Amino acid sequence: MNSNIAKLGRKSRTQEKARSRGLWPDIRRDRYLYLLALPGILYFLVFKYVPMWGVVIAFQDYSPYLGILHSKWVGFEHFIRFFSNPDFIILFRNTMMISFLNLLFFFPLPILLSLLLNEVTHHAFKRTIQSIVYLPHFLSWVIIVGISFLLLSQSSGIINMMLQWAGFASYDFLTNKDTFWALLTIQNIWKETGWGTIIILAAITSVDTQLYEAAKIDGASRLRQTWHITLPAIRNVIIVLLILRLGHIMDVGFEQIFLMMNGAVTDVADVFETYVYRNGIQNGQFGYSTAVGLFKSIVGLILVIIANKLAKKFGEEGVY
Amino acid sequence: MKLSIGSRLFNAANYAVLSLIGIVTLFPLYYVLVVSFTDSHEFAEKNGFILFPTNWSLAAYEYLFSTSAFINAAAVSTFLATVGTALSLIVTAAMAFSLSRKRLRGRQFMLVAIVITLLFNPGIIPPYLVVKELGLINSVWSLIIPVLTSGWYVILMKSFFDSIPVELEEAAMIDGSTDLGTFFRIVLPLSAPALAAFGLFYAVAYWNTFFSAVLYINDFAKVPLQIVLRNMLVDSSTSTGGSAAVEMISEQQIPTQTIKMAAVVISTLPIVCIYPFLQKHFTKGVMLGSVKG
Repeated sequence: MNSNIAKLGRKSRTQEKARSRGLWPDIRRDRYLYLLALPGILYFLVFKYVPMWGVVIAFQDYSPYLGILHSKWVGFEHFIRFFSNPDFIILFRNTMMISFLNLLFFFPLPILLSLLLNEVTHHAFKRTIQSIVYLPHFLSWVIIVGISFLLLSQSSGIINMMLQWAGFASYDFLTNKDTFWALLTIQNIWKETGWGTIIILAAITSVDTQLYEAAKIDGASRLRQTWHITLPAIRNVIIVLLILRLGHIMDVGFEQIFLMMNGAVTDVADVFETYVYRNGIQNGQFGYSTAVGLFKSIVGLILVIIANKLAKKFGEEGVY
Repeated sequence: MKLSIGSRLFNAANYAVLSLIGIVTLFPLYYVLVVSFTDSHEFAEKNGFILFPTNWSLAAYEYLFSTSAFINAAAVSTFLATVGTALSLIVTAAMAFSLSRKRLRGRQFMLVAIVITLLFNPGIIPPYLVVKELGLINSVWSLIIPVLTSGWYVILMKSFFDSIPVELEEAAMIDGSTDLGTFFRIVLPLSAPALAAFGLFYAVAYWNTFFSAVLYINDFAKVPLQIVLRNMLVDSSTSTGGSAAVEMISEQQIPTQTIKMAAVVISTLPIVCIYPFLQKHFTKGVMLGSVKG
């Protein structure tokens, strides 16, 4: 009885505590909550907001000795230099082509794979295949590029050994401009198709099963069920995924390209990040390469904002 | 219900196609595993046509574990995947919990500030200069602190905490629990599946750390596994080159195919081993991301 009264007393105190009593008392009351958030706040300030402010060196003739505060301002000089440079067109073309190939050949595959997996009635089989196809997502690009080199090497790779054994000439996959983009696309398909099915399979499971039963009674074949029930039901998810993908069209798998790149394919492989790395980190042109990175980020920002607006129009929650 | 002939044909074709996809996915990994255990002479004799070795050999593994470069790098990566993951989970969960308290002053402001970091990416150079100014270059902490948490994970974890029934927390409050007590005794234990999923994602990201090391680590004694792998697997004479670390290892003897494959196996093994245990959690993690956003 006594403890109950004590509890009631405490309850009214907690309710009172939740009421706002002005800024400083509130902050004092929640000091432990701020303490919990503090490491995170510091992280975002130092590693996200300081670099955002640091992009001002795109407008400077930045010298590490003088620092941001004392380096000379040059206005849009770096941007003018970049846009009048033939490299700009090459970087833009490579980014667009790699993105476009991924959109065309990679994007539909998780949808197809999900539809196939959805037709499997044998649970253990379905789960086994799912486990297998999710796995490559977790492997690093170093591993995947490394395995590609082991398999495709012209002198010792098993693929070329098989080609020779079958009477064909060996083929130079790795230092060949013609196949570079295709190779990137295939690697991406191998790594990410399975992972991409997770969202789509979830959308498929939310379809009302009564629809299928009704269709069966009406004599619809499984192909027709897929075409008339499953696909329309997941149409919005697909559209949203497509729009979001378009919003990130400037983002290509940079680590992958960095690792796959070699002197013979630079022309078709160079993208914004590899260019920034080479000119900035390796050659010390900090101002210029920051300007290149900033250009990419701003275009990316605009695309992502548009994409989110569009995605929300299709009745789905956007990303933010 | 009896299946029609068309339906049965479709089933057969579907199972065949899916099995083929499974084989295509697994074959490269299986081949790498087999070759890593093959005697290097047998590998040379058969020109790499090996589906099952006749002469088993552990020579490649013995060689790898006798080189200090490989062992050092594996130790660095293990440090990242354990200490880094633990720190990231703590920082992310603590911030997410704080932001999930609706009465917190400045909460909305902080959430917007976090979303902004997701939308605008300052590129490679400005963060590099920050790390350099902080004196973290060539420190193993440069591979942890600059990626300590992520706006995505803070927001996702916050929405997970939001989904915990308020009644549970209120009950704890009535029993005199403080916010810290609620966090450690109620919210964290209830969030074990989410923590497992985020932990997996962090651990894999740390284990796969590559480009930060290209940027920040020049001292070969401190490079993580992925850098050593890259130097072994991707011919450094044809690639773009990188930090000084890249040039340093290319002076080592060129490893044979079997040694390269053994290196791939060892660095893939931890992921393959923890993978089955966490599979049911990570699909939940992905769904959390797509549903809540």
